[in-house]
Amino acid sequence: MSTAALTKNPAKRQRYVAVLLDMMNRPSGAIGLSLVLFHLCLAIISPVIVPYDFKLQDASLMLSQPSNAHWLGADHLGRDIFSRTMLGGREALLVTGIATPLAVLWGGFVGILFGLTGGRLDEILMRIVDAFLSLPWILKMLVLIVTFGTGLEVLIPTLAFFYGIPVIRIARAATHDVIARDFVWAAKARGHSRISIIWRELLPNVLDTLMVEGAMRWSWMLLAFSSLSFLGFGVSPPTPDWGLMISDARGYMSFAPWGVIGPVVALSSLIIGINLTADALAKALGIDRAQKAPM
Amino acid sequence: MLTMILRRIFLGLATISIVSLIIFAGVEILPGDACTQYLEQDQADVELLEKCRDDLNLNRPAHERYTEWALGALTGDLGMSVNGEAKISDLVGARFANSLLLAFFALLVGVPLAMLLGVITGLWRDRKPDIIFSTIAIFAMTIPEFVSATLLILVFSVWLGWLPGIVLTSAGSPISEFFPEILLPVIVLSLVMTAHVMRMVRSSVIEVMASDYVQMATLKGVPYWQMVFRHALPNALLPAINVVALTIAWLLGGVVVIEVVFNYPGLGRMMIDAISDRDLPVVQAIALIVASIYVCINLTADLMTMIANPKLRTMYLRK
Amino acid sequence: MSAATFINIQNLSVGYTSQSGEIIRVLRNVSLSINRGESIGLVGESGSGKSTLALAALGFFKRGLRALEGDVEFDGIDMLALERDDLQAIRGGRLALIPQNSGQSLTPTLRIGLQVAEALRLHSQLNESDFEARVVELLTQVRLPEPATLLSRFPHELSGGQQQRVAVAMALAGEPDALLLDEPTTGLDVTTQAHILELLRDLASERNMAMLYVSHDLGAISRVCDRVAVMYAGEIVLKGSTKQVLLSPRHPYAHGLLSSIPRLTQTSLPLALDGRPPMPSETITGCAFADRCALADERCRSTPPTLKQLESGEKVRCFHPDRIDQLPVVNKTVTQKGNVSADHGGDALGLNQLAISYAKPSLWNQLFSNASMPPATVDNINILIRTGETLGLVGESGSGKSTILKAIAGLISPKTGHLVLNGEGRLTPKVENRSALHLRQIQMIFQNPDDSLNPRHNIAQILAQPLRLYFSLTGEELRQRSIELLERVRLGSHYLDRRPSQLSGGEKQRVAVARAFAAEPAIVLCDEVTSALDVSVQAAVLDLLNELKAQRGTTYIFVSHDLAVVKAISNRVAVLYQGRLCEIGPVEAVYSKPFHPYTDVLLGAVLEPDPNFMPKLSADDVVELSPPKTGCPFQRRCPRKLGKICDTDVPPGRIFDNGHQINCHIPETDL
Repeated sequence: MSTAALTKNPAKRQRYVAVLLDMMNRPSGAIGLSLVLFHLCLAIISPVIVPYDFKLQDASLMLSQPSNAHWLGADHLGRDIFSRTMLGGREALLVTGIATPLAVLWGGFVGILFGLTGGRLDEILMRIVDAFLSLPWILKMLVLIVTFGTGLEVLIPTLAFFYGIPVIRIARAATHDVIARDFVWAAKARGHSRISIIWRELLPNVLDTLMVEGAMRWSWMLLAFSSLSFLGFGVSPPTPDWGLMISDARGYMSFAPWGVIGPVVALSSLIIGINLTADALAKALGIDRAQKAPM
Repeated sequence: MLTMILRRIFLGLATISIVSLIIFAGVEILPGDACTQYLEQDQADVELLEKCRDDLNLNRPAHERYTEWALGALTGDLGMSVNGEAKISDLVGARFANSLLLAFFALLVGVPLAMLLGVITGLWRDRKPDIIFSTIAIFAMTIPEFVSATLLILVFSVWLGWLPGIVLTSAGSPISEFFPEILLPVIVLSLVMTAHVMRMVRSSVIEVMASDYVQMATLKGVPYWQMVFRHALPNALLPAINVVALTIAWLLGGVVVIEVVFNYPGLGRMMIDAISDRDLPVVQAIALIVASIYVCINLTADLMTMIANPKLRTMYLRK
Repeated sequence: MSAATFINIQNLSVGYTSQSGEIIRVLRNVSLSINRGESIGLVGESGSGKSTLALAALGFFKRGLRALEGDVEFDGIDMLALERDDLQAIRGGRLALIPQNSGQSLTPTLRIGLQVAEALRLHSQLNESDFEARVVELLTQVRLPEPATLLSRFPHELSGGQQQRVAVAMALAGEPDALLLDEPTTGLDVTTQAHILELLRDLASERNMAMLYVSHDLGAISRVCDRVAVMYAGEIVLKGSTKQVLLSPRHPYAHGLLSSIPRLTQTSLPLALDGRPPMPSETITGCAFADRCALADERCRSTPPTLKQLESGEKVRCFHPDRIDQLPVVNKTVTQKGNVSADHGGDALGLNQLAISYAKPSLWNQLFSNASMPPATVDNINILIRTGETLGLVGESGSGKSTILKAIAGLISPKTGHLVLNGEGRLTPKVENRSALHLRQIQMIFQNPDDSLNPRHNIAQILAQPLRLYFSLTGEELRQRSIELLERVRLGSHYLDRRPSQLSGGEKQRVAVARAFAAEPAIVLCDEVTSALDVSVQAAVLDLLNELKAQRGTTYIFVSHDLAVVKAISNRVAVLYQGRLCEIGPVEAVYSKPFHPYTDVLLGAVLEPDPNFMPKLSADDVVELSPPKTGCPFQRRCPRKLGKICDTDVPPGRIFDNGHQINCHIPETDL
């Protein structure tokens, strides 16, 4: 669904405005949206406003304490942690920001398709989906990353592919719920084409579920991305990344514990922000999110 | 009923076979094979490569190798690691037990706690206990394990010095030697799981408390706590069985990160090592084990729900 | 206040605080008293506050609601001031509730025996060891078959009627002095409803219990209650004896409500009550009913009337109780449904040897089980529908009436048989393969407009669907046509921008009607189109359908479980049981002798809102899950079963005048 299609119709636009207002009226939505917005803005403008070059190593500053010049201190290579923290989310936001819509799109497409088809084919597909879900995400990701490297051109499709698989399930279930309803039967009885029924009757109703799903996938993808970085399979140094920074600083935690604070706060606030937003979105759209298990 | 159970088991087996196909095909599709991967691709000495391939029977057609691998796995023989030095089943055994130990304690702590908190927050919806625990749950659920692990290490081992921040015990040691090193990993692992299960139980409790039969029980004069325990909770906790199962499955992934953080000698760290060493046969074996556990847990949960829910029970009995 | 007053509600207001902090009143200064052994009916449409009032008698308010002022006394006890423990002792003990929809009010994980025994444990002095015998006794008292075997059953294993009986037994366990009944028969089949009502009547008179019977169904109330209170917009507007209220209502709303009920004794359409009640959040300056009342004048709109006692004894909240007889009684505004003679316009649709089966063996069952296929859901249906007529399809749940409609619409493919359109040729069974013309000619209206209108679309989009599809209308043309359609269903152009969720039930169903008529169809399939609506709204929709038909000569196939509604709107009626045709013929012929035994049973169970009317119950209210394999579909419940022949042979069609046909083994002269 393009945004053009959504905004073309004033009634639809009104609804999304109403949902947005509803979200902002909830404490979780207000906090969540501000956090997400803050991080997005920071990611865009941080290269311009950072006080120091993130690569600049200064041996005299190695593991130094927070000071007026270096608010969060310096890391084991004497780089300014504050600057690196400000920049540390850019890679993660870029990768997950592209991979999330891709995942929702392909998972949603396949899920709706098979939800409509039903029958044997659907049964077989669900077994394959089950099979994929039964493998831990980290194993699936790592095998591909180790083979193909950690460039964006690998990370984005990989994340999009694996995180789209659970979306298939959700989209399929939502499709089943909607197609049992009378307005779909009514459209069918009128003789509308399959495409028209999917586009006009089904999609607008499944879209809500997919939007909430997308928000949740986003937070889990960020979690996966930073976990990979932490394990050393994500962003390659010297590019600053929160996961990587935490992993680096951990080794010196007994005598320079301040090194982990910056990236920990930054990463946590972003993920919590996304989750609060997802919560508020789900409530505003009338979907119960807590029933869903993490996958 | 029996055919239903058999049917479920059959579907579970089908899923495991598909998993094994995916695992095998996945490794086949990847560029190179176990030997080129292991021997660092192009630089490999042709002779070494050939010897390695001979050792691992890589020169035979794929379907023959798959059949042999799958049949071997059924009898507990997971093949040899790529350097040909050890049987994988021997390597995996102790690590597997350690991971199970970790998961077991996490569940032992997490599930009852989650149920309790879920019921409390559900019953006191929108009041103080709910707001407090629900907020904590959001934090616990969303913060990545390596972050919470790092923070807990910082607090409990670096600053307070109460608990060891790293596991030094080796893989084959008896269980008793893992204390108190195992405590922090268990806490981190159960934190996330508790939060998820608690949120689910909470919403389930809220739904059931708003149901007609709970209202009816109240208007029948059933005392509050009797109503909660007899009429509400059995219905509210039924769906929790499946969520706990899914959470356990998810835990299998999360445990990897935690094992690395705490240097815990479990299956997860072994997997990371195997991937780093490009020891594909070991990776395949671990993947198969983990997937089978996942399928078994889900199967058990389905069967338990079927037995515990009178509606499903008669539905299947009639069939 | 007499000494006999048992339940005494004085000046009670119940409300909630809205998101904007306003206090919204759901009940406004309601007073109601019930004497020992007396049964009072509380009538009103959805949203009138009647259930809230009944629950308030138990000192119970739904989440969010609270008592704002007033008193609730039960036998001198202040129910609003009681501690939890004392409330628990009364609730389900001396004062018991029988809920609406027992299917959801019984705890799904507890066995029936346990749930009834729980009530005994709480409210009786019996020993634990005597519980089982007492539970069986109670279940026998509510006329449940084989009570001993029910003890270990779970609620979902029982039929709707049986669940309701269990709820009654549970209420009786505490030997109550008063019963509160919250729509206890709503949603049950007519025969089941009639049986339960008779049971309640007998129980009340045997035990001298007071009853507060809440219902939207005046027929049920007239059967059970001595006195009736009518509620409107959170107020009681009329109180009086059942005879007074039902036979000569002195409040315009009660009058309108009664005239909107279709009756078996009438042949014309009931009179619609236009407009809708005010929402609780609206401010009401005068009489809440003024906007819908034909008698309303300036005073009615500015001053709220009080509840005044009339000489005849009723209490009325109206300034003009003496002018009620100026209101119309029967529907004269609309053309009566015309008689359609056989030569009128030819055949609209023929159903030939139609059989439909839902059962589809799964791969698993094909492979591993050799269970035989169940008999077809619908079988051997032969009906010829004439152009311009309304054919009513009537029967209880599971009679296959909606299934037949779906087959005509092409949504299910028949197993055997075929459809003939316009007497010309076969209609392709699957909707996907039908020609554009055929698609346009057959339109369907569904039972629940909440479900049949896409909640994400506004009304303009909903109406645009058929207009674009069949006539390729766009732009201004599309808009004009949509407005025209809205006006035809008596809605204005300002509805175009609204969404279904902003409309009332009746308005939604009108939009659904407009959408069907947008196609300019020849045949409209109506699937229980009024059963989700309040009676006054139902009358308006029936009226609308009839008017549209008069204008356009449309043919209707009208499915309903309500015999009076079917009688009001149909020219011909087909009675179905378990997917088989029992009787078909002109409406007058079907609703009078000779009867098919099943038609007789159905008509006997209908409740008229008339205290002089007696239902006759001739068959058990058993719910059958699937039709018998051979013979007559009604063989297992038939009160006039002849013998073995009914079990083995398909009954022959007995033909009478005017194409009246009864499928029965009983000879013509005895029917």
